[in-house]
Amino acid sequence: MKELDPMVFLAVFQEMLGPMLWVMLLVAVLGLLAFVALLVRERGLVSRRLVQSELLGLLGGVVALVVMARVSSSGFTDAGGPADWFLILLVYGVGAVATTILAYTVLGWWRPRRGLAAGT
Amino acid sequence: MTIDATPRNIAPLTGRRRLLAGLGALPLVGAAGATAMPARAAEPARTQARIVIAGGGAAGLTAASRLAALLDGAHITVIDGRKAHYYQPGFTLIAAGVKPQGYVISSTSEYIPKGVELIAEKVAEIDPEGKAVVTDSGKRLAYDFLILATGLELNYGAIEGMDTTRIGTNGLGSIYHSPQAAAATWQALNQFADTGGVGLFGRPLGEMKCAGAPLKYTFISDDHLRRRGNRGKAELMYMAQSKSLFGVPIVAEKVRMLFQDRGVKVHHEHVLQSIDPDRRIAIYKTPAGTLEQGYDFINVVPPMRAPEVVRNSPLPWTEGPWAADGWAEVDRQTLRHKRYPEVFAVGDIAGVPKGKTAASVKWQVPVAVSHLVGDITGKPSADMYNGYTSCPLITRLGRAMLIEFDYQDNLVMSFPGVIAPLEELWISWVMKTMALKPTYISMLRGRA
Repeated sequence: MKELDPMVFLAVFQEMLGPMLWVMLLVAVLGLLAFVALLVRERGLVSRRLVQSELLGLLGGVVALVVMARVSSSGFTDAGGPADWFLILLVYGVGAVATTILAYTVLGWWRPRRGLAAGT
Repeated sequence: MTIDATPRNIAPLTGRRRLLAGLGALPLVGAAGATAMPARAAEPARTQARIVIAGGGAAGLTAASRLAALLDGAHITVIDGRKAHYYQPGFTLIAAGVKPQGYVISSTSEYIPKGVELIAEKVAEIDPEGKAVVTDSGKRLAYDFLILATGLELNYGAIEGMDTTRIGTNGLGSIYHSPQAAAATWQALNQFADTGGVGLFGRPLGEMKCAGAPLKYTFISDDHLRRRGNRGKAELMYMAQSKSLFGVPIVAEKVRMLFQDRGVKVHHEHVLQSIDPDRRIAIYKTPAGTLEQGYDFINVVPPMRAPEVVRNSPLPWTEGPWAADGWAEVDRQTLRHKRYPEVFAVGDIAGVPKGKTAASVKWQVPVAVSHLVGDITGKPSADMYNGYTSCPLITRLGRAMLIEFDYQDNLVMSFPGVIAPLEELWISWVMKTMALKPTYISMLRGRA
């Protein structure tokens, strides 16, 4: 095997996260399925809920950065070049998007659109 | 001897594939080639070969995992008397106060693959003429192939007055000795960062493991002092053993610039000869004679050499720069012994130029193993090791330079266009603190 092997990624992430890797993957897959199911059920996005979720997403990005700083023993003045800013944006982006989708999905299933609840 | 920088199987990866290859394994593995992908051959080769692996550190365990995956029926035995396994790249992080002592400690047995025998004894004698290894209980193990992975010996005895039991006290630090000593060194540095004074750093003559570590620790000490507002109360000196700060000229120049920026005074051709831990005096051999230098904190890096069992065997170089310290005489591209073709040396014990690092192990072992397996199957391997090694050189807490190079002092880049080799970056620090250990452990298991 002399080509890029996705198994290497898997091995490294398994060592890094342990069983948490599977928990996180499960949450991600189930969350996405529930999100898609919600979109189908409601036949589109509910803009009011989306805005609420996006607000939470902004916070989620910050939380992702704080977690990243903690696990990598970093401070907030360590960025030194473009690659660092890229990583910061990436971490923030992943945190924000994941939180938005998760929040939208949870809110959607918890409090469905009134129109649907009324059966119209 | 000329070296082919891009041997046949290590054709430079291009563009996206090269970037991805680097990402998959991070700096421990880098982009020197694709040979280090997991040893998952289509069909393991059937054999009855007896393979002895002398030493169960990073190199020995990685070799065991790869051989176990590639061979079916081989009698593979790892001999190592130490039950604990140390993740040595983490020692600096302990001594920096970033990680706890337990961060680097696991056990050798947990990485021994199925079907491989572990003999928890020291190797007492190596007899390459009789093709056998003797353990300290007198057990004689005959082999068809020997993988020499004994690691090296820290020769503290060569520094007169040095007492390893006193590490951590009275300003005496020494990271390499053990996880305990790394933690004790942090205690000493922690105190020094409060009080200031004279801090001495440096490295010994000869080959050593991770030549970047003494530099890193100087930068780390500087940063701790700055963070506490005490840099003005301290004088940091780096005693270089030669006229250069690092074996790779372009890196040496960059470090010179950084030391100048951080106010670290550099003295060249200063080699630590003796130390008086009570009076806090270090004595250096210099071209102008001996120099006595008082200190408030010192990081002692002992000279390093092959373990006695290798030095007393016929395996070391008999001439040249690696003869005196007993490094094994191997071909630098195949890691095969020059006089005993059924012997391969990998890791710290290999008498080759440059890095004695985990990254070297990562790239050496697959090459040595492929040649060994080639001997068994009768299909000779063309794999070559080009000297690739890497070092995330910490330049302050939170930043590092990802330095990767080969036998020819070329800078190699795992992440071209993304991570510049001589740039102080947070992303390189993130790799060092988050990704390196999982990659290393995956390597031990033969999965990366």
